[in-house]
Amino acid sequence: MDNYRAHVLVCCGTGCTSSSSMKIMEKFNEVIAEKGLANEIKVVKTGCFGLCAAGPIVVIYPEGTMYYRCTPEDVEELVNEHLINGNEVERLKNAGGSTDPKNFYAKQQRVALRNCGRINPEDINEYIAYDGYQALGKVLTEKMDPDAVIQSIIDSGLRGRGGGGFPTGLKWKFASGNRGQGITKYVCCNADEGDPGAFMDRSILEGDPHSVIEAMAIAGYCIDAHQGYVYVRAEYPIAVQRLQLAIDQAKEMGLLGKNIFGSGFDFDLDIRLGAGAFVCGEETALMRSIEGKRGNPTPRPPFPAIKGLFGKPTILNNVETYANIPQIILKGADWFASMGTEKSKGTKVFALGGKVNNVGLLEIPMGTTVREIVFDIGGGIPNGKAFKAVQTGGPSGGCIPASLLDTPIDYDNLVAVGSMMGSGGMIIMDEDTCMVDIAKFFLEFTVDESCGKCSPCRIGTKRMYEILSRITDGTGTLDDIQALEDVAVALKNGSLCALGQTAANPILSTLKHFREEYVEHVVDKKCRCGVCKNLLAFSIDKDKCVGCGMCAKACPASAITRTDYIAPGKKLAAFEIDSSKCVKCGACMGTCKLKAIVKQ
Amino acid sequence: MSIIKLTPEEQATKLEAVLSKYRGQGQKALMASLQQAQEIYGYLPLPVQKKVAEALEVSVAEVYGVVSFYSFFSLKPKGEYAFNVCLGTACYVKGSQALLDKIEDCLGIKQGDVTEDTKFSISACRCVGACGLAPVVLVNDDVYGRLLPDEIPGIIAKYKEEA
Repeated sequence: MDNYRAHVLVCCGTGCTSSSSMKIMEKFNEVIAEKGLANEIKVVKTGCFGLCAAGPIVVIYPEGTMYYRCTPEDVEELVNEHLINGNEVERLKNAGGSTDPKNFYAKQQRVALRNCGRINPEDINEYIAYDGYQALGKVLTEKMDPDAVIQSIIDSGLRGRGGGGFPTGLKWKFASGNRGQGITKYVCCNADEGDPGAFMDRSILEGDPHSVIEAMAIAGYCIDAHQGYVYVRAEYPIAVQRLQLAIDQAKEMGLLGKNIFGSGFDFDLDIRLGAGAFVCGEETALMRSIEGKRGNPTPRPPFPAIKGLFGKPTILNNVETYANIPQIILKGADWFASMGTEKSKGTKVFALGGKVNNVGLLEIPMGTTVREIVFDIGGGIPNGKAFKAVQTGGPSGGCIPASLLDTPIDYDNLVAVGSMMGSGGMIIMDEDTCMVDIAKFFLEFTVDESCGKCSPCRIGTKRMYEILSRITDGTGTLDDIQALEDVAVALKNGSLCALGQTAANPILSTLKHFREEYVEHVVDKKCRCGVCKNLLAFSIDKDKCVGCGMCAKACPASAITRTDYIAPGKKLAAFEIDSSKCVKCGACMGTCKLKAIVKQ
Repeated sequence: MSIIKLTPEEQATKLEAVLSKYRGQGQKALMASLQQAQEIYGYLPLPVQKKVAEALEVSVAEVYGVVSFYSFFSLKPKGEYAFNVCLGTACYVKGSQALLDKIEDCLGIKQGDVTEDTKFSISACRCVGACGLAPVVLVNDDVYGRLLPDEIPGIIAKYKEEA
């Protein structure tokens, strides 16, 4: 292997790629070649470093210096100063705004993300250099007892990272019967990350695809399956491309395919593309989709472990779940179980987004409090605004208010406060976010995504959405709030799959923690956050108005006219807004330099 | 990236090549065939669905059932420059609804529609996974992050010049 004196790691995850990190990488290669340093310095494309708020990120080793918000124009300086003269470029070490990288990384513990941002995901040798495929090698060459492998997964306490939290080892055990009798079985991976605001599965596939491949082969060995499918969203082109490349490289090296490690065990892996249906994250719907059908869920039992894909015994786990497996095999169940809380072991990846300073991807031991995530790792709320709530679990989850910030995060605690783990999206909301509007936003999503097969979900979500629309439009009544609760219970009890059973959670949790906002919308016809347009009223403070008329020019509805009133000390008559004509677009507010227009 | 325009003959040849891979394989090859057919045509008009059904030996009803189920499949053509506004939670909280309103305003069409000259279309999607850049708008494959509604007219003007 060649020896390089320095390595330049460029983040090529989705966030950074979207802000031209590929161009930065090309530029590095170009400049380094120009200066004749190509055999001294290596440029490496890596997966996500996590701190997306400060992207594109470049890291230069051996120093490990992180540079933030880089542009192709900065490359020349980085090469000249850092790589040739040995001086760090101070101005690029500032992550910008109130983003603070030191705190962002301090409390994290990376297991599933261990290789993201550390290796080149497009080179299998880099994965192998970091213990890659050793777990598979150990299982196969030592001819470990499949039941013993399954037992160690059970002992580790690993639970499904896709949301449900079912013990992974038990899932494998249920599908492991009748080994060696030539029964066709399948191993599937759920990479249909449909939860808006979650992007950890995408980052693992883009940053460390081999860890998933290795784990799926181990699962195949445990249950005696020889074919696997990864079901991944077509909307994730980079992930699809890197996963395909990884599968090809693994096949070439004999780590997938026939007679792996000379053990006589065969395992093949293929990608199936999803086509944008949230319900396909549900396991039975996902399997229907792989079969080429509409993604309608089917009743359980029979569970997939008995009758799954193409009617055969199948195990289905999520990307992040698989990414933990090789480490559990190598380091032991006890090591994994030493992290986390009593009932939730290990670490969990969260995608932190919304109104928070350090937007990005983080991995923390279970049991970390919400407060630590939002204020220590996340760096708090931007622009000096007040924290209002954090939403977890996406459209199936709920909101955690400020009073519950000290809740330690694990599966059971989140359910107890009316939310759920979900796949790990964590959206922070500040004082400007209207909780009724957010509940409506999620219901609009579930109305769209309900497959329509069972009536509680198909009709119930629609009715709840209509009620929420009435409330945000200012025509809701107190009875409507009661009706929401009634429909929610019916939905929870009557729906076929988890989509419907959990669809009311965003409403129930906001009603529980922010009921006063609902009541305000209904009784006072007021939205305290100024989000629900129909409840807004614009008016002009006539004593501040200088009568310049800019607002009247900007008004698309000609709702602003001049009055006879001239404020003391002003030369021209003030304007006023005719609220019956006002369309509440807010265009006038932007034009008024004196801030004389107020929104209530 | 602008969309490469194919002639109807080229499209038919390409579709034929795709379908020959999957001929007679039945429903399990349906998603893959439709995804590749949509890459060729930009959407899935009924004649294309019929051809897919014929090749895979499944009914047109089954094909239409799948096409209409998944939001990735489109029954309407897209514009040359397709605006796609992310309405995922992270983007929504940061004001992507205002971006969508502004784009609709500027182009004079609604979400799901195409302008008369077929230059522009607007759609909304649920999370592209670039939450670090929220709010995000995609125009074909170009990603615009941390956008403000005031920046929209400039972006549209840029594509109008290109068109």
